[in-house]
Amino acid sequence: MPRGSSRTQGPPDQMARAGRRDDGCMALEDFVELKLGHHTQDGIEVVDVEGEIDVYTAPRLRELLIDLVNKNNYNLVVNMERVEFLDSTGLGVLVGGLKRVRAYDGSLDLVCTQERILKIFRITGLTKVFGIHDTVDEAIAARKAEK
Amino acid sequence: MATVEVTFTPLPAHVRTARLVATAVARRSGVAEALLDEVRLAVGEACSRAVEAHRRHCPAEPVRIELTDLGSRFEVVVTDAAPPDIGSDGGFSPVMDTAAVAAANGGSAPFRPVPAETRDGTFPAAFGLAVISGLADDVQVSSTDAGLSVRMSWPAGPSGT
Repeated sequence: MPRGSSRTQGPPDQMARAGRRDDGCMALEDFVELKLGHHTQDGIEVVDVEGEIDVYTAPRLRELLIDLVNKNNYNLVVNMERVEFLDSTGLGVLVGGLKRVRAYDGSLDLVCTQERILKIFRITGLTKVFGIHDTVDEAIAARKAEK
Repeated sequence: MATVEVTFTPLPAHVRTARLVATAVARRSGVAEALLDEVRLAVGEACSRAVEAHRRHCPAEPVRIELTDLGSRFEVVVTDAAPPDIGSDGGFSPVMDTAAVAAANGGSAPFRPVPAETRDGTFPAAFGLAVISGLADDVQVSSTDAGLSVRMSWPAGPSGT
């Protein structure tokens, strides 16, 4: 599958992958908090999210989504396969992104197969709001089929 | 007396630490592995709401979490020191009736939701309480002049050694 350029953002400390101390234990500060990247695939902007989306990190995702929309990307797929934690703040950011792209007749689909993440979408009823797919390719194909 | 008590300055970065501590104590208290994600998410929601309230009203005051092993249950109480938000509800569009949720769970007073602007203009902080009610099988939200307390618990087995 042809892909465009891949870009990541965030300060170096937050981009760092999880590390281990000499004693083999994970130090709290070593965990990835949030890592964001995006690339273009078949004319759709795919946002890759890794780590935890919460009250602390969600503003960075919101800024990225706003930036993409401001750069005329109105069809987005947010790949959440590597998201370890999502709370209502993160849900608010995703719904905010959906509202923005819909203002331009665009779309925001999600890729997620993790039960722990899907559960919060079910609890809140947002499974009826977002298209949630198993893979990025499937999300893009579904979006293309609707066009 | 709580098994573990944590107070932290109301900064979003510390909510993650609170989640990690709560999950560790829950595991130690014998909460089933399958429920730990629920504990983590519910505690995170409660702490996020408290942090937002403190940042608006009393940023110098700490948020308090009490984690208690009650034997057959693991209880978490998140308490803030922010006064009930009585600002204009003009920007508030409730996603769920959290006052009804609180009342149904024995809350002593109706919960007053905070404005939505800190959550991308979409979800009020009260949305987090609604999420909590979907995660913990026992939730009590009580509001007083001194602040709001979210008490939630999960079944727990024998404590670890």
